[in-house]
Parts: sequence; structure tokens; C-alpha cells
Amino acid sequence: MHRRFAPFADRVLPPAATIAMLAALWCVFVYVPNERIQGAVQRIFYFHVSCWWGAYLGFFVAAGASALYLWRRRVEHDWLARAGVEVGMLFCTIGLVTGPIWARPIWGSWWTWDPRLTMAVILWTVFAVYLVLRSAGREDPEITRYAAVLAIVGILDIPLIRISVRLWRGMHPSVISAPPGKGGLDDPRMVVGLLVSSIAMVLLFLWLLWLRYEGLRLRDWLYRLEDRMEEAAR
Amino acid sequence: MSGAWRILHKDLVLELRTREATSGLVLLMVLILLTFTFAMDPEGAAEAAPAVQWVTFIFAGLMAIQRSFLVERENGAWYGLLLSPVDRGALFVAKMASNVIVLGVAQVVLMTLLALFLGVPLPAAPLALLLVNVLGIIGFSALATLFAAISVRLRAREMMLPLLVLPLLVPLVICAVEASRIVMDGGTVASAGVWLRVLATFDVIFAAAGWMLFEQLVEE
Repeated sequence: MHRRFAPFADRVLPPAATIAMLAALWCVFVYVPNERIQGAVQRIFYFHVSCWWGAYLGFFVAAGASALYLWRRRVEHDWLARAGVEVGMLFCTIGLVTGPIWARPIWGSWWTWDPRLTMAVILWTVFAVYLVLRSAGREDPEITRYAAVLAIVGILDIPLIRISVRLWRGMHPSVISAPPGKGGLDDPRMVVGLLVSSIAMVLLFLWLLWLRYEGLRLRDWLYRLEDRMEEAAR
Repeated sequence: MSGAWRILHKDLVLELRTREATSGLVLLMVLILLTFTFAMDPEGAAEAAPAVQWVTFIFAGLMAIQRSFLVERENGAWYGLLLSPVDRGALFVAKMASNVIVLGVAQVVLMTLLALFLGVPLPAAPLALLLVNVLGIIGFSALATLFAAISVRLRAREMMLPLLVLPLLVPLVICAVEASRIVMDGGTVASAGVWLRVLATFDVIFAAAGWMLFEQLVEE
């Protein structure tokens, strides 16, 4: 599986992600028109929204791979889970940074306790703890199992967090699901911009996920090599 | 399930004879509550009562649940439990149930002190208040018991248990505080219905998750 997939990933993902990202940059800065009311600030929306694809994909990949790991106990699934959390956290952090940059001029404050913001920051803390749990260099196998349980429970918590923060309070614009002419994407070029940015972010996500997976695989290989050298020295 | 009963029975007998967990927990709750009352303006304190109650409960409760696993480390009791012919899921249910009981007793004391110190009026619907608390305690115990089994094995365990549990606990905190506020303001079960439903769902999901995943945490 790995042997067949690796050349494909190495050859296709880097150029695809690069081209898509350049296209997305062109779309955002040149192609899409200025938003009528918000002006140029709105252009951050294309990258901001696309980032969440990477974040949620990463966390869901991590939970799926963690469940597989607990079931089959194959170390590859653990690498994938860990790579998913790390890359997901990167996109989640970018999303949490780009949001306030937009919110400050538009809402007048950097942060509000809107459901989506609340949800994003809670998810960020859940998976930040995952990284803290795994921050030891070379970890015991039981930590791997603990981390897998945390990733699964974290994903199980998402619907509950979603429901409760929605009931709790509600000002984030619903751009994509808004009816036409009411704060949605009125210009078809804006839809294209969002689509291209989303594709670029997903490709970037896949590339980074692959790089982290390979990094973890090589690290494991290095650890085993160290063990053998120690044995030989004895 | 008879195994779960035996372990629960053991925990309760131990607690009745020593009263270690309950006395420590109640005292900790009193101290956190006192710290809150000194930090707050006494005038508006009654309005903050639901928030104070749940924050006090959660921080003291985390200590109590961590302790319920720490005592098992003495004299290798934990290995005895693992070697006994009891299903791991049943072990989780028993630990969770004994935590629910200890926390429930402490919560009654906490509510009484809250009424005394903060001047919270007695609720019009005591059964509704009971329901909020029972659901909140079950959900908290399910999640914290599951993760205490992890943190007890880590070096920085005092730090790790709150780190692991607090982010996941957010839905419970929101729902328990909102439901408590409605009920303390004289609301009924029906008026707090939506919050209670989310709380109940939380309880079911994490009790089931703990029951199924506990095996993964305690294997040697």
C-alpha cells in the first residue's frame, strides 16, 4: 500500500498544491471583485474559510485512524492519526488568526463568543492537549493508546459542543448557506474564488499530511535502528 | 455485571469506613467556594450561583476522581482489580458509579453552603434541580473517570487530568449552568428541557464511550 502510494504522493502532491495555491492567490488578489460593503478586507474570507477544511479533515482523519489503530494495532494508523492532528492544528490556528483580522474592522472587536468561534477555540484546545500528551520524544505504547482514545472522544464531543454553543449564543455570518442577495456570495467570481482556495487548501493539507506521515515513519525507523545499534554495542 | 457490583460495594465500604474521599472533597469545595465569595462582590453573588456551583464542583471533582484511581495504586490493588475476572467495561461502570455517589453527596453539601453563603433562594421545583445535578454529575464522572485512568499513569498527572477533561467538558458546563440558572430562578423541568436533553445525550455518549474504550486504557 505504502510502496504503491508513495511515488504518486511524492510526484503529484507538491506540484498540484503549488499550482492550486498560486491560482488561489491570483483569484483572491486579482480575479474576485471587491465586496460592496466590506471592501478589500473581505478577501481574507477565501483563505479563512478554506482553512477550516484542513482543520476538520485533519481532526476527522485523526479520529478515524485512531479507531483503526485501537482495532488493528498497526503503527501506520498511529502515524496517520498523529499527522492528522498536527496538520489539522496548523490549519485550525491559521483559521483562528485570520478570523480576528477580518472581525476587527467588520465587527469592531477581535473576538466574540459566537458559536462558530467558540467551537473552533474548543476544538483547538482539545487537540492542543493531544499534542501535549504526545510531546515526549520517544513514547511508551500506552501513550499511543491514550492519544487514540483522546482523538476519538474529541470527535464524539464535536456534535455536543456544536449544539450547546449554538443554544448558548449566535453573529457569525453564514455566507455559503445564505439566500441570494442577503449576505451570500452574490458574484459568481466569488464562488470561483472560494472554490479554488478550498481546493488549494485541501491539496496543501494532503501534502503536509503526507510529509508528516513520512516524517513519523522515518523517525520510527530511526528509533529501531538505534535499538539495534545499542544491542550490537552490548 | 455482578463484578461491577462487587467493585462498587468495595469502594463504598472503603469510603464508609475511612470517609477520606468525601471529607477531603467537601473541604476542598468549601475552600473553593470561600475563595469565590471573597473574590466576588457579595451584592450580585446570588446571580452567579450556578456558575460558582459548577466551577467549584468541577475543580474539586477532578481531584476526587483522580484520587479514586490513586488509592488503587497502593499495595498493587490496581493489579488485583485487573487480575480479577471482571470485564473492563464493568470496571469502568463501577468506578464511575462510585464517583457519582461520592460527588453526589458532596454536591448536596455544596448546594446547602451555596444557599447559606450566597443567599440563593430555595428552588420552586426541587425535583428539577435534582435532575440537573444528577445529569451533570453522571456526565462529569463518565468523562473524568475515563481520563483519570490515563492521567494516573502519567508523570504530570495533576496537570494532565484537567488538561484532558476541561476542553471536552465545555458542553456539560454550558448546559449544566444554564439549566441550573433556569431552575434556580423558579423554572420547571420543561423550561430547562432543551439543556437537560443535551446533558442527557452527553451522559449517554460518554458513559458508552467509557464503557467501550476503558479496555484500551488499562491493558498491561
